[in-house]
Amino acid sequence: MVRRARRMIWLALAGTLAAGPAAADVKIAFIDPLSGGAASTGILAQKTHQFYIDAINAAGGINGEKIQLLSFDNKVNPQESLIQLKKALDEGARFVVQGNGSSIALAITEAVQKHNERNPGKEVLFLNYAAVDPALTNEKCNFWHFRFDADADMKMAAMTDVIGKDPRIKAVYLINQDYSFGKAVAAAARKMLNEKRPDIKIVGDELHPLQKVQDFSPYVAKIKASGADTVITGNWSNDMVLLIKAGKDAGLKVGWQTYYGGSPGTVTAIGEAGVDTLKQVSEWHKNALPELDATVVAFDKRYPGKENEYAYWRARNMWEMFSLAAKKAQSNDPIKMGKALEGMKLQTALGDVEMRADNHQILQPLYVSTLSKGVKYDSEGSGLGWKSDAKVDGKATALPTTCKMERPA
Amino acid sequence: MLELTAVSLLNGVVYGLLLFMLTSGLTLIFSMMGVLNFAHASVFMLGAYFSFQFGRWIGFWPALVLAPLACGLIGAAIERYGLRHVHTKGHVAEILFTFGLAYLIEELVTMLWGRNAVASSVPESIDFPLFALFGTSFPAYKGLMMAISVTMFAFLFLALKRTRIGLIIQAALTHPQMAGALGHDVPGLFVLVFAVGSALAGLAGVIGGVMWLTQPTLAHFVGPIVFVVVVVGGLGSLSGALIASMFIGIVQTFAVAVDYSLLDLFRVLGIGVTRASPLYEFYAIKVATAAPIVPYLLLVLMLIVRPRGLLGTRDA
Repeated sequence: MVRRARRMIWLALAGTLAAGPAAADVKIAFIDPLSGGAASTGILAQKTHQFYIDAINAAGGINGEKIQLLSFDNKVNPQESLIQLKKALDEGARFVVQGNGSSIALAITEAVQKHNERNPGKEVLFLNYAAVDPALTNEKCNFWHFRFDADADMKMAAMTDVIGKDPRIKAVYLINQDYSFGKAVAAAARKMLNEKRPDIKIVGDELHPLQKVQDFSPYVAKIKASGADTVITGNWSNDMVLLIKAGKDAGLKVGWQTYYGGSPGTVTAIGEAGVDTLKQVSEWHKNALPELDATVVAFDKRYPGKENEYAYWRARNMWEMFSLAAKKAQSNDPIKMGKALEGMKLQTALGDVEMRADNHQILQPLYVSTLSKGVKYDSEGSGLGWKSDAKVDGKATALPTTCKMERPA
Repeated sequence: MLELTAVSLLNGVVYGLLLFMLTSGLTLIFSMMGVLNFAHASVFMLGAYFSFQFGRWIGFWPALVLAPLACGLIGAAIERYGLRHVHTKGHVAEILFTFGLAYLIEELVTMLWGRNAVASSVPESIDFPLFALFGTSFPAYKGLMMAISVTMFAFLFLALKRTRIGLIIQAALTHPQMAGALGHDVPGLFVLVFAVGSALAGLAGVIGGVMWLTQPTLAHFVGPIVFVVVVVGGLGSLSGALIASMFIGIVQTFAVAVDYSLLDLFRVLGIGVTRASPLYEFYAIKVATAAPIVPYLLLVLMLIVRPRGLLGTRDA
């Protein structure tokens, strides 16, 4: 009996091996949180990438090869990410996709650079779809890293442009997560508010632990006591939802200027209290165009349900550029594709998009939008949705860079 | 300043009472059976999910009763069919068992309800500001939570001190062998205590799920802190658990409001510290930023100074 069971296991194992992918596939490692507090964000991104990769594969793949997405759970932990990266490299991945957590992106970009120096002929490209610490395309930039999201400074520039035009805003409270990205948001807010509206007082500058706070009431009490009329926050995932929820419970009346007010659950958490007060900066929102994009409709059909609401427009740009780069390079080699990506231009429904050659930062249109009633497409079935306040063209989002890049021969 | 103090105090009491609801069950289980029940927070999470699910089917108020009952039944089953067998293998086996159980529950919850937070919300009848303190409104459901927590304490206290079964439980707390030798059904008592403890965790979960987010990581968030309360309060002491919960709740809430760092202390003392000084980064950490580690600091200090906790009768 035992022997038979053992044989069955071996047969099953052999079966999985035989059913594995063909060797010629282009392997892409997706390293992001798939469990824990930030899993909702990571899993939605995973589905979005898979969706666009499937579309590329359905159209014949890149240079005749199919793309295979391998997923690795990093638990939003830099050390764990490096272990997962090693695993991904062992499995033959030549492209790495990551986004949640700039601390992780900084670890990965460094590890990728070292790997590429030590393993000529086996280079890896890092496609960053969401980690927005400006350092990644400035002092820590390298040839292998490409960012497909606007960095924290670019988003802050758009946000402070809108704040600058609003004379009602007089006192601002900064609350951010205690790690590289949160600190970058706070620094950018201070600097840009000082330039654009020196009369605005910054009445608080808070850093709280990343994805560890359950009850934001003490922070809300502090915000309230500071007399702020506006809160600027780069919080994402649970930290965003719980902050908003605590604010609503305490009857805090402020304007919320957020990076990720559109992250899953936030609109549900704030509800009517967020109408006209919750704002976000993003590269897309449901009402950016009069009609929903066909791929968004197709995505919603394939992944129905509230927790799967489409959010990563930048993934659409990323994979379009990725397959275009393979076509242009006539090769799936990471170095050749990297060179093809540099300076690549794309015309999209929202406007012109460009991958800067000097620091590998994408330039794409940015929207500042407000949660409103009576919009065409609502979020999370709440009856409330995003309405554009302002749009910044891709070119206009560009900021100076300190990046000095060494390119492979 | 007065405003911030008053609101922080209120927030601290709310947090403390929720902590107490969460730990009162565990302190019974821990002290009586010596079981470090790592699955306690998971049962709390189950309570949150059950209340969400029952709330969908039959409304919030029946769920407030049914969810803890379901958790109690699960607790009884865990003790009767799991822990009882593992119990004979010693403490390590017990810890591993409850540890595994915590993972199992988390995975089950993820399978059934998904990884994202479910939309747990209070009925409209208690979703209004109860009163406003310096312009900060206080939601009615938090008031309900406080009332439940205080009632729970009174009920447990009386049950332990004034009933026959309470007396036996107390006896089994300090002299389990003796209580057994006198003919009391100690294993049966264990099932009862485990069931009641789990039901209390479930009740806390109903409220906690609304105040926080009902999601599979909920257990991770509260898991470590409940042990802090049990150890600081003292093994087997309900009053100790209440005091420790309130203390931790209030201290942690106030810590968030304090924007001072060691640097400010040095300045007052006249010690010159500059950016070039060693450990400058450490000195510059504000108390507010370090607030979440305060309970654990307290745990470590308590174990060193007074291992039996505030009102405990036995060393941890």
